[in-house]
Amino acid sequence: MAQGVCVITEFRDGAFRRVSFEVASEGRRLADALGEGLMAIALGAGVEAAAPDLGGYGVDRVYVVDDPRLKDYLAELHVPVVADIIQHLSPRVVLASASVDGKDLSARLAARLGAGLATDCTELKIEGGALKAKRPVYAGKAFAWCEWASGVWPQMASCRPNVMDCRIPDAAKKAAVEKPAASVPGASKSQILAAQKDAKGKIDLTEAQIIVSGGRGMKGPESYAMLEELAQLLGGTVGASRAAVDAGWRPHADQVGQTGKVVTPNLYIACGISGAIQHLAGMGSSKFIVAVNKDPEAPIFSKADYGVVEDLFQFVPALTEEVKKLKSTC
Amino acid sequence: MTVNVVVLLKQVPDTETVVRIDADGKSIVTKDIKWIINPYDEYAVEGALRLKDSKGASVTVLTLGPQRTVEAIRTAMAMGADRGVLVDDPATEGSDALGKARVLAATLSAIPFDLILCGHRAVDDDENQVGIMVAELLGISHLPLAVALEIQDGKVKIDRPVEGGRVTLVAGLPAMVTFGGSHAVWNPRYASLPGIMKAKKKPLEMKKLADLGLSADQVGAKAAKVKVTAMEMPPQRKAGRMIQGDTAKKAQELVRLLHEEAKLI
Repeated sequence: MAQGVCVITEFRDGAFRRVSFEVASEGRRLADALGEGLMAIALGAGVEAAAPDLGGYGVDRVYVVDDPRLKDYLAELHVPVVADIIQHLSPRVVLASASVDGKDLSARLAARLGAGLATDCTELKIEGGALKAKRPVYAGKAFAWCEWASGVWPQMASCRPNVMDCRIPDAAKKAAVEKPAASVPGASKSQILAAQKDAKGKIDLTEAQIIVSGGRGMKGPESYAMLEELAQLLGGTVGASRAAVDAGWRPHADQVGQTGKVVTPNLYIACGISGAIQHLAGMGSSKFIVAVNKDPEAPIFSKADYGVVEDLFQFVPALTEEVKKLKSTC
Repeated sequence: MTVNVVVLLKQVPDTETVVRIDADGKSIVTKDIKWIINPYDEYAVEGALRLKDSKGASVTVLTLGPQRTVEAIRTAMAMGADRGVLVDDPATEGSDALGKARVLAATLSAIPFDLILCGHRAVDDDENQVGIMVAELLGISHLPLAVALEIQDGKVKIDRPVEGGRVTLVAGLPAMVTFGGSHAVWNPRYASLPGIMKAKKKPLEMKKLADLGLSADQVGAKAAKVKVTAMEMPPQRKAGRMIQGDTAKKAQELVRLLHEEAKLI
């Protein structure tokens, strides 16, 4: 009989990713609703020392496979190990994060286990002992509620980063560590050849808490420097509309919209973005939206909590000055 | 030796579509929708055609969908794809991602391939599952979110962005590559007029589940492990506040509101 909730964590560069704490916190809520336990699976290089800390987020028991070959995510190495553990644990619900690696891992697991998977969920609940999930479709133009076929376990879901409430960790609580016998496959058919990373380590848009985004109204690539400055002051990152990316002003990784990143920051500041339907779909679920545009009729204002009708070339520097003043007083 | 490339393609509503929920409460109104090739799949078509241009690759487009999908296949052919396969069977209505992946994997067992390409997600249901599941069912590598693609010495190499940089991934063939990037990255070619004329004569094979040795019980609605039971519109945002005053005043007021009221900065 399937029992309990199991979360799959991501451990990279010596630490669990924040989204794994969100997934664990959500897993705890579901486990409590079921009156059952919360398990976690932690694979990685050097993960054993950090694993007990998952207890602070509500994990009762963590299954650890600590192996240098599991340092980076490679499906051919990670998937068989995780699949074995899940088959052994036979949980009712499996949660992963909807990160790039988490999406690959969870879809492969679902195919391997013959399980149903709902991706990128923004709300999960237990009804009648079974999972129910809400997830955005059409990049957030609508939401779909998903249910699983009865009696088929596990019910799998991945959680969109930055959406599920993350517990404040209780440092006194430690998860019990189990070390299942696992055989890590010897070699992977795919490999990471090279990684060039910026020293700055820019935050991924989908995981950023604050995004300052610029569109066609920026008029050229050089004016993004002022958005970079503002974003840096606020501890955020810079995004862009499709128009700005198509014009070659910004890298495609910055694109927010239905083709591009769908983002849910706490604060989204849209500068010189008129608000095409496909852009609004990509950022409309942000918790708080500020729009700066000189056209008072711009559709972006229909989504904005605060609207400012101004020439952004005048307004953004003024805003940056005010933020500096604020930061210097607190 | 010819490199065989298969592109998995889905037809989706245009991204400028205003989505409305249908009377059944669990699907969208499709009347008057303009259908397009899923943009990320269109980048995959472009990626395949570049391999055709540089390496003489043979390009097959494979689709699961109703008859309207023929238009998308012909568009890909007009861009330069060589042939198409359409699995059109009403029994696949209500299939979940795994059901669809099983249909595609079964179809691929009868098509020679070295490389399978598709978008990392379709911009309708945003599941981000089918391509990955096909790779798992076929037991091949999957390289996600490609913004650059090349094949060399029996291997496929892609670049994928990570914030503030990129990683290069490599896998032995056969392999699955799912496409990321944007229109600006892949800049998919337009169909030329001669291309459109030629497309009409290119081979398009129609298949039913029975042709693939599959039954509705295995891959149809009954086999679905997860299904959509209801849809809803996003919560209406409350009417926002327009901030008044001169430039300096507005900036001051906005910072005050974000700090004191919204408590975000």
